[in-house]
Amino acid sequence: MQILVDILSRYGWDFVSGTWLTIQLVTISAILGVLLAIPVALGRLSPNPFVSGIAAAYSLFFRGTPLLVQIFLIYFGLGQFDFVRDSILWPILREAYVCALIAFVLNTAAYSGEIVRSGILAVPRGEIEAAHACGMSAVTTYRMVILPRAFSICLPAYSNEVIILLKGTSLASTITLMELMGVSRLAASATYEPIQVFAIAGVIYYLLTLVITRIFRLLENRYNRYILHAR
Amino acid sequence: MAHVTEYLPLLLAGLRTTLLLAISTMVVGLILGMLLALAKLSKSPWLSRPAYAFTNFMRGIPEFLVLLLIYFGGTQVLNGMLPEGGFEVSPFGAGLAALSVIFGAYASETFRAAFQSVPKGQIEAGRAYGFSTWKTFRYIQIPQIWRVAIPGLGNLWQGSVKDTALVSIVGLDDLMRKAQQASQTTREPFTFFFVASLMFLAITLVSMWIIARLERRASRGFAGAR
Repeated sequence: MQILVDILSRYGWDFVSGTWLTIQLVTISAILGVLLAIPVALGRLSPNPFVSGIAAAYSLFFRGTPLLVQIFLIYFGLGQFDFVRDSILWPILREAYVCALIAFVLNTAAYSGEIVRSGILAVPRGEIEAAHACGMSAVTTYRMVILPRAFSICLPAYSNEVIILLKGTSLASTITLMELMGVSRLAASATYEPIQVFAIAGVIYYLLTLVITRIFRLLENRYNRYILHAR
Repeated sequence: MAHVTEYLPLLLAGLRTTLLLAISTMVVGLILGMLLALAKLSKSPWLSRPAYAFTNFMRGIPEFLVLLLIYFGGTQVLNGMLPEGGFEVSPFGAGLAALSVIFGAYASETFRAAFQSVPKGQIEAGRAYGFSTWKTFRYIQIPQIWRVAIPGLGNLWQGSVKDTALVSIVGLDDLMRKAQQASQTTREPFTFFFVASLMFLAITLVSMWIIARLERRASRGFAGAR
């Protein structure tokens, strides 16, 4: 017990700042990831074989390879190309923070794209036909009927994806980011008490997953109340 | 490109370690998962409560954290117990322990759902015919559990293949670490990480094909069940 108190008094603030960075990474990646997931899902469903082929290849690559490889490809890999080094974006792309975010967004968008795609496919046919019968154009149907309905169908599955994303952000510590995992690794090697330090980190991560589950339950109660009330 | 052919044997040796770790993880993880599922379904709360608490916690923390906890924590515990000290957990051992515990935690949920999908009447019928508990388990429950569990277990396998990449960080000479070494000496990180990712992709694609065949085989008694 004494050891835990010592660790917390010495590294308490580091844990707080690390947790804050983890929350930042998860929130930004989740929001940008969903925004990218919608075009990915629409691409996968496109009748044009060229468009659907590219979307499928993107999805396969990011779901079929480890997140760690993707992070390393972006952080270490991009510098191999002269045109990247010479571009005006290089000072930004050199930052570990930006590289980690790019990797997380591309990765989560591939998984969420599949969720959104199955959500779109699960919208009852009759509702789409009804929209057409009311004279809605294809774009209006998507905007007013299909996407909102797909959103509420996807919501429960999406909470799992955000939890996976949270766990994935721990890999940002491999490219020098001091998020929760990075802080813990530092504290573990400085104190020689890895079990206690990682146990603290584990409890914080577990609490964060509980918070995410709770947030999604609230969102479901709010946005799916028309379904929940019908039961 | 010339560098890739030069380093290909190195990468393939790494690929072997990756596959070895992934397959061992699955074997140990399946056994753990089955035991945890039986514990969860047990009537005794002394067995089911801890099993639920353990799997819920495991599923809520990063795989990377579990790995580092076992790798560094294991060394700490072993050195505390052994007076001479200087003991170290091997990266492969730590990776196997961490990944199979995670595999087991997720697999226990898959198995639990699968166990509950077998109608109670069939188990009672087995018992009524004089099957022992083990025989009912072996000939009535397992074949049907298998069918329901394969898709879930397939996803877990795909996940643990990818998770093996994490073990490179504690020093396992797997595909990921070999790619890292090659990229440092040649200064071509993109090339080598890309080749490594293609190898992982190849494992994924082959696994997808095998899982689909297993699913078909397990469902052969069910008309139109595919």
